[in-house]
Amino acid sequence: MVFEGLADKLQNALSKLKSKGKVTEQDLKEVMREVKLALLEADVNFKVVKDFIKTIKERAIGSEVMESLTPGQQIIKIVNEELTTLMGTSQSKLTFSSNPPTVYMLVGLQGVGKTTTAGKLGGYLKKNGKKPLLVAGDVYRPAAIKQLQVVGKQLDIPVFNMGDKVNPVNIAKAGVEHAIKHGNDIVILDTAGRLHIDENLMDELEGIKKEVRPQEIILVVDAMTGQDAVNVAENFNAKLGIDGIILTKLDGDTRGGAALSVRSVTQKPIKFAGMGEKLSDLEPFHPDRMASRILGM
Amino acid sequence: KAYKKVDEELFEELEEILITSDAGVNTTMEIIDRLRTESKKRKITESEELRYLIKEILIDILTLEESNELNVSNSPSVILVVGVNGVGKTTSIGKIAHRMKGEGKKVILAAGDTFRAAAIDQLEIWSNRVGVDIIKHQEGADTAAVIFDAIQSAKSKNTDILICDTAGRLHNKKNLMNELGKVSKVLEREFSEAAKETLLVLDATTGQNAIQQAKVFKEVTNINGVVLTKLDGTAKGGVVLSIANELNIPVKLIGVGEGMEDLQLFNPNDFVNALFGE
Ligand SMILES: Nc1nc2c(ncn2[C@@H]2O[C@H](COP(=O)(O)OP(=O)(O)OP(=O)(O)O)[C@@H](O)[C@H]2O)c(=O)[nH]1
Ligand SMILES: Nc1nc2c(ncn2[C@@H]2O[C@H](COP(=O)(O)OP(=O)(O)OP(=O)(O)O)[C@@H](O)[C@H]2O)c(=O)[nH]1
Ligand SMILES: [K+]
Ligand SMILES: [Mg+2]
Ligand SMILES: [Mg+2]
Repeated sequence: MVFEGLADKLQNALSKLKSKGKVTEQDLKEVMREVKLALLEADVNFKVVKDFIKTIKERAIGSEVMESLTPGQQIIKIVNEELTTLMGTSQSKLTFSSNPPTVYMLVGLQGVGKTTTAGKLGGYLKKNGKKPLLVAGDVYRPAAIKQLQVVGKQLDIPVFNMGDKVNPVNIAKAGVEHAIKHGNDIVILDTAGRLHIDENLMDELEGIKKEVRPQEIILVVDAMTGQDAVNVAENFNAKLGIDGIILTKLDGDTRGGAALSVRSVTQKPIKFAGMGEKLSDLEPFHPDRMASRILGM
Repeated sequence: KAYKKVDEELFEELEEILITSDAGVNTTMEIIDRLRTESKKRKITESEELRYLIKEILIDILTLEESNELNVSNSPSVILVVGVNGVGKTTSIGKIAHRMKGEGKKVILAAGDTFRAAAIDQLEIWSNRVGVDIIKHQEGADTAAVIFDAIQSAKSKNTDILICDTAGRLHNKKNLMNELGKVSKVLEREFSEAAKETLLVLDATTGQNAIQQAKVFKEVTNINGVVLTKLDGTAKGGVVLSIANELNIPVKLIGVGEGMEDLQLFNPNDFVNALFGE
């Protein structure tokens, strides 16, 4: 039921009209309802869905759909096109600072996969000839520093830490200095998971940003996130001005509508997808594939 | 306060609240249908009454045969904690241990996550915080072997409650789910005198995928209840309505923060008030 594709549902809704040859506005309304339900079922945010449906409807009404002999295909085509536009049509790459080290700062809610992703990103960049340094900026979660150390060891990437009694702003600053001294051209800063409504901890991130001016602040988002994804993305973006998104746990069977939500409210690209727990499970993100996945097509 | 009349707009408002809380399309429709039928039957015209009625319906959905209580009055008892990655299993175990210890019970933790980096250290820090014993092996060890040892230890020390951590795993990974089934069987076989409680930890931030998680974990282990974590954020965790409705699994505990005390018994009344106001 959850996995019944939108294509099937639309085919179903439209097969009733086939004999008539012409689509009425009432027909269109019914079909749009199917699209809406499919997107909601895929966890795309309510408001995002509303706007999206409005766009589709306008395009459909003013277009070839109403007269078409294959209205189903036409609508699916429009939905697909609009969704791909929303997701971003091309793959978005990491940017590098002209004045190394390039600092990437990973932020996000608790448990989304920041620490693991910090390691994965380090591994990815190392493979591309870079010399990354991982910086342990989470002083709150039990054994967070140890976790990053284990990850670093597995990848043979150095990990900078100052224990858990130092302010993360100072850790970040010292981490960058350490990188400069040791010839690391990349700094990946792991931060503690936090709620977007936790003012103190959000201020802390702002403090880090001011101190080390990261090349990219990357919001790490769990692909299984539901309706709340927009609140999270909106708040992190408003406070920090994020530069990109990494979507984790896409190796699951979630439709991943959160991708559409965060993309839509921040207008920032999703750059990578986490595809598993292993440190090699990081892939460049493909917006077009995500569009199909959300629609179940 | 002006009393609004019941109209179509009001039903849509309530529907929107449910959808944006992650209740899901099907469950939301079902609830709204029930609301329409029942409000007609009761001739409800005021919006306040309708709000009470929808809360009544939700509480009814959340009230199941399996109670919301943790089933640990027996000594010994064992709690197996399972769920997908990063939902809050290990943290919840720390909190539960703290709560049980506060009730004067003797608790042992089993570091069953031998896979994730520093997962054992994380649970060990929790065991020190709470002041309870922990049974652990090396990273990479066999989880079933850790659990086996923990059972022997629980028996010899006359422990009241053994709480077993497990590695996070996505439910669509067959081999990892089979491994969990094996752990479940070890508990069944080696600790037959213990009352068993298997808790599925769900992150309130999760959307509709949580239903699939509950379904598949239930096939592999005997889920008795849900721990719904991260309710201190803005996510409402409405997907548990579907899980109660379709799978008959009750929520037993909620996580409301990262501290030792941030665990509460689930209260359906508070839960629906968080959705529709007092
Ligand atoms: N299946 C899967 N698991 C992942 C992925 N990325 C991370 N994880 C797992 O998700 C869990 C949480 O990952 P962490 O890296 O500890 O997350 P975090 O955001 O650093 O967590 P906090 O520091 O507590 O906020 C771990 O079990 C990881 O192994 C992924 O792409 N796929
Ligand atoms: N805000 C908030 N954070 C929580 C809550 N419960 C757990 N966390 C945080 O969520 C993150 C993940 O928690 P863990 O207990 O490591 O989750 P897990 O399920 O054991 O993760 P894996 O073992 O990697 O699968 C940590 O940063 C916790 O502090 C909660 O109720 N509220
Ligand atoms: K939710
Ligand atoms: Mg972390
Ligand atoms: Mg854990």
